Amino acid sequence: MVEQNENCFRLNHLENSWDIETYVANGGYEVWKKVLAGELEPSEIIEEVKTSNLRGRGGAGFPTGLKWSFMNRYAPGQKYIVCNSDEGEPGTFKDRDILRYNPHALVEGMAIAAYVIGASAGYNYIRGEFWEPYQRFNNAIKQAREAGFLGENLLGSGFDFDLFTHLGAGAYICGEETALIESIEGKKGQPRFKPPFPASYGLYGKPTTINNTETLASIPMILAKGGDWFNDLGVHNAGGTKCYSMSGHVNNPGNFEVRMGTPFKDLLELSGGIWKGRQLKAVIPGGASTAILPAAKALEMNMDYDSIAKAGSFLGAGSVIIMDDQTDIVKVMQNLSHFYWDESCGQCTPCREGTGWLYRVLTRIVEGKGKLEDIQALKDVSGKIMGNVICGLGDAATIGLTSALEHFEDEFVHYIEHGCSIYDRS
Amino acid sequence: MVKIEINGQVVEAQEGCMLIDVADDAQIQIPRFCYHKKLSIAANCRMCLVEVEGAWKALPACATPVTDGMKVHTKSAKAISAQKSVMEFLLINHPLDCPICDQGGECELQDVAMDYGDDVSRFTEAKRVVSDSNAGPLIKTDMTRCIHCTRCVRFGQEVAGMMELGATGRSEWMEIGTYIEKSITSEMSGNMIDLCPVGALTSKPYRYTARAWELIAHKSIAAHDSMGSHIHVHSKNNEIKRVVPRENEAINEVWLSDRDRFSYEGINSDTRLTQPLIKQNGSWNIVDWETALEFTVAGLQKTLVNSQDIGVLASASSTLEELHLLQKLARGVGIENIDFRHRQVDFTIDQTDFNVPTLAHEIVDVEKLEVVLIVGSYLRKELPILNHRIRKAFLEGAKIAVVNPIDFDFNYKTTLLNIESGMVFNLAGIAKAVLDIVGETDQTWLNSIQPTDEHIAIATTLVDAKKSSIMLGQISQMHADYSVLQKLASIIAESSSTTLNILPLAANEVGAHLVNFLPKLGKNSAQMIKDGLKAFINMNIEVEADFTDADAAVNAMNKAEFVVNLTAFDSDLQRQYADVMLPIATYAETAGTFVNATGLKQSFKMSVEPKGDAKAAWKVLRVLGNMFDIAGFDYVHSNEVLSELLDNTADKVDFSAVSSQLPTSNNDSKVQIISPYHVDAVVRRSPSLQATPDADPATMGRG
Repeated sequence: MVEQNENCFRLNHLENSWDIETYVANGGYEVWKKVLAGELEPSEIIEEVKTSNLRGRGGAGFPTGLKWSFMNRYAPGQKYIVCNSDEGEPGTFKDRDILRYNPHALVEGMAIAAYVIGASAGYNYIRGEFWEPYQRFNNAIKQAREAGFLGENLLGSGFDFDLFTHLGAGAYICGEETALIESIEGKKGQPRFKPPFPASYGLYGKPTTINNTETLASIPMILAKGGDWFNDLGVHNAGGTKCYSMSGHVNNPGNFEVRMGTPFKDLLELSGGIWKGRQLKAVIPGGASTAILPAAKALEMNMDYDSIAKAGSFLGAGSVIIMDDQTDIVKVMQNLSHFYWDESCGQCTPCREGTGWLYRVLTRIVEGKGKLEDIQALKDVSGKIMGNVICGLGDAATIGLTSALEHFEDEFVHYIEHGCSIYDRS
Repeated sequence: MVKIEINGQVVEAQEGCMLIDVADDAQIQIPRFCYHKKLSIAANCRMCLVEVEGAWKALPACATPVTDGMKVHTKSAKAISAQKSVMEFLLINHPLDCPICDQGGECELQDVAMDYGDDVSRFTEAKRVVSDSNAGPLIKTDMTRCIHCTRCVRFGQEVAGMMELGATGRSEWMEIGTYIEKSITSEMSGNMIDLCPVGALTSKPYRYTARAWELIAHKSIAAHDSMGSHIHVHSKNNEIKRVVPRENEAINEVWLSDRDRFSYEGINSDTRLTQPLIKQNGSWNIVDWETALEFTVAGLQKTLVNSQDIGVLASASSTLEELHLLQKLARGVGIENIDFRHRQVDFTIDQTDFNVPTLAHEIVDVEKLEVVLIVGSYLRKELPILNHRIRKAFLEGAKIAVVNPIDFDFNYKTTLLNIESGMVFNLAGIAKAVLDIVGETDQTWLNSIQPTDEHIAIATTLVDAKKSSIMLGQISQMHADYSVLQKLASIIAESSSTTLNILPLAANEVGAHLVNFLPKLGKNSAQMIKDGLKAFINMNIEVEADFTDADAAVNAMNKAEFVVNLTAFDSDLQRQYADVMLPIATYAETAGTFVNATGLKQSFKMSVEPKGDAKAAWKVLRVLGNMFDIAGFDYVHSNEVLSELLDNTADKVDFSAVSSQLPTSNNDSKVQIISPYHVDAVVRRSPSLQATPDADPATMGRG
């Protein structure tokens, strides 16, 4: 029996789980009240979060407690907490459900984070297509304000904190934290060169902490039940639960919150197994920016950072894309390369020029006009992008393709030699 | 200081400096496109990637601060591989149209591609094509060639202070453009041409007229404002093809105003006068120089019976040598009606003494000012290089207040004092407020003034600031109450420890003072044209355009019996009123000296030969001096003229000795607003500049 929905999705089964009444009736805002009453020091909170072994759920997996400790809450001047709800990674849709079903956990998590870093204002940057989640979250802010959890001199503590939403306009790159900052500032969404990092030069040039939706929404429960509770749910190097978005060729796609270290097999079973009675061919375990794994490797791994890394990929945002044994990997790569080509911000040379090059070569191969040297060209161009770009998008554009060429090169060769896919019998 | 190693060479550097600057100082070449020392760091081209030991990937040298013990390799396999990768990416979509690209031969992409590019491309897909937009008369866009380095965009944001270009779209569709098709209107826009590393932004007037390698570069000094910007005049076959800035940190840095860049078109104008002309019996005849000069001398001698009947008028964009010889010639024959201040209307100060307008700061020090009070000036357009330094001061936190008759669009935030009150009242209010703050009571003539809160606020910042400055510009100079404005400004300056600057505008306004090209004993410019004289000697002026009271000036010329014009240009009006037209060289065709706003004498050589039979004016004046038998006209070289006046000093007025009273009415509306592209005969003949919005005072600065 796989334990489910212990943290972010714990209220999802309730009616109107998104209303403040439901949230409060289930222990919501208790931590925030304690914080405002001065019963929890910022340093204690950071220690608790460090103990919980919570790592950033946006994809990079950076320890949250450590990130918060970079901010000096007592430094003079404005500071900001920013939540990254620009959930755009192909295969990812977990934050959307947090916003829809448990928005108050995020409001409370952001408020606590703001208190820890000394921010009096927070922004939640929500993906442009998320209209319903945007409305739910805005409603949660409104309810929290009315209840006195947001605003000035909160519950007589003298602490001010208010929260604002910013709706994106459909650019994947705005999920990159510095592009997101630029976008909030009203500029063209493109990443900044780092350093300086947002902790020293962030939103409007002020110290800023940026966390993912799931990360921040996890905070209230961690502080309510203790860092050890959360840590013990998971495995070494990965505390707590994780929301996985299961998509692709499964019978029951959707979000599943399970404990870190849950075997992949179990997760696959939760999502109803491979559809149409077929076999598993390959898995992209962490979203389009992570390496593709052949079935054999995937079936042996557990869903946590170290185990997936050992299998040759990355946990990323927990966006598991399942591919059955009829999947044309070359077309998958053409599709993904189109995405990165389309979504590159255009700022730096290798990504702007290289992603289009990859897409064009892959398209040529799919159209039966490939040449054998194209395979080397794909590898070369990927290598020339990797590591030479400002942000992770360019790197990400090559990771899937490089791994596909590693595991499924024969399918590319077949396309080139026969002008069609290995599944095409005509 | 930290020690780092680049390619095994130990280099000392300031901690935190960017690697690319440290390498540049150590003469270690790192290729780059987006990096520019005068612009913010973008790190987007990725061309400067180098290997830094300890970093898993190559790092951009432009954005990597040096730390002690850092070991850098710019030519290791990893560095070269990263650089070649970027080069390959830059070239796949760049058109190979070098043979028809104006940038060819001076293209940074071309140069770097020679070192890092491959001769054969593996990219066999179709190349990107971008449609062009019309960016106005000065800059030609070819955006298919753009490599998206964003130098032009950053220039607009950071230097020009108006974001006229930006990036729209993403990925391969990212385009640099104006978004809505419009002209680029910054008075410094031409610098984007220099900044563009490829042929995406090229000079429209220069386009297709020469190749870079055919040009000869001549060092020279810019001639259309008092900054004395350093320039290179580029010529081919004795014709000026373009003008570009010559780097000089103390004056123009790496920049140049559009006026000084594109004015050369006027030098190549069809209206140049190329042969001496004399009017005999009502008709104009082309003659040789000897005949023309004899005709001139004879004509003048007829009038010389009474030397008070002759006026000598010149432009302050003439060289020091020209102005000196012309006044020497005039005074040699007893003429004292000498002046160059044709736009000035209020000469009251002259009764005390002649005040030499000066920028009292070194140009670089202007960026360190904390408060600047601009009085009567659209400084952006009048003196773009000085305005740029003020903008830099503003970006460092300086406060800028403006007393003007019109709400001009500045490229930094200003506090404009109430226009309705009038310039004199505003300045008087500030002066009174300053006096009140410091507790001075002896300026009784200001007793009736009631300073407003605005006046008091500005007065307070002036008194409080350690480095403050008050600057009077062209509109003050042309104001009917110029003397009152100067006096008030001097009171403010004196009482609040503020530096007083009466800004010289023309290239050699300070020089004209230095050689006494002034009516010390005679009539000033306005009196000469008002009273009407029997004869005039004019140098480098067009009466219909260079005078505030142009009608009176034209009238005076028409009425005069004998008019000699030393001029670079022919015109119908001159043919109507003049009797002799002597073709002279423009600034680029003669050796000479300009004295800039700070008093710096800058000599330059001839860049190209004068057009046709035109001659350098100093040579013409030397011959005339000899023909009039005046002693001391035996110069062989222009340096000899210069050496004669190196010890000259110009007068400064003690404004406390100037008696003044407040005007009874607001005279602001009488001031003519002059377009920056209307200031002298050469600029007026540059078709490209004349096609910009700044050529018309009604649209100036509004793009």
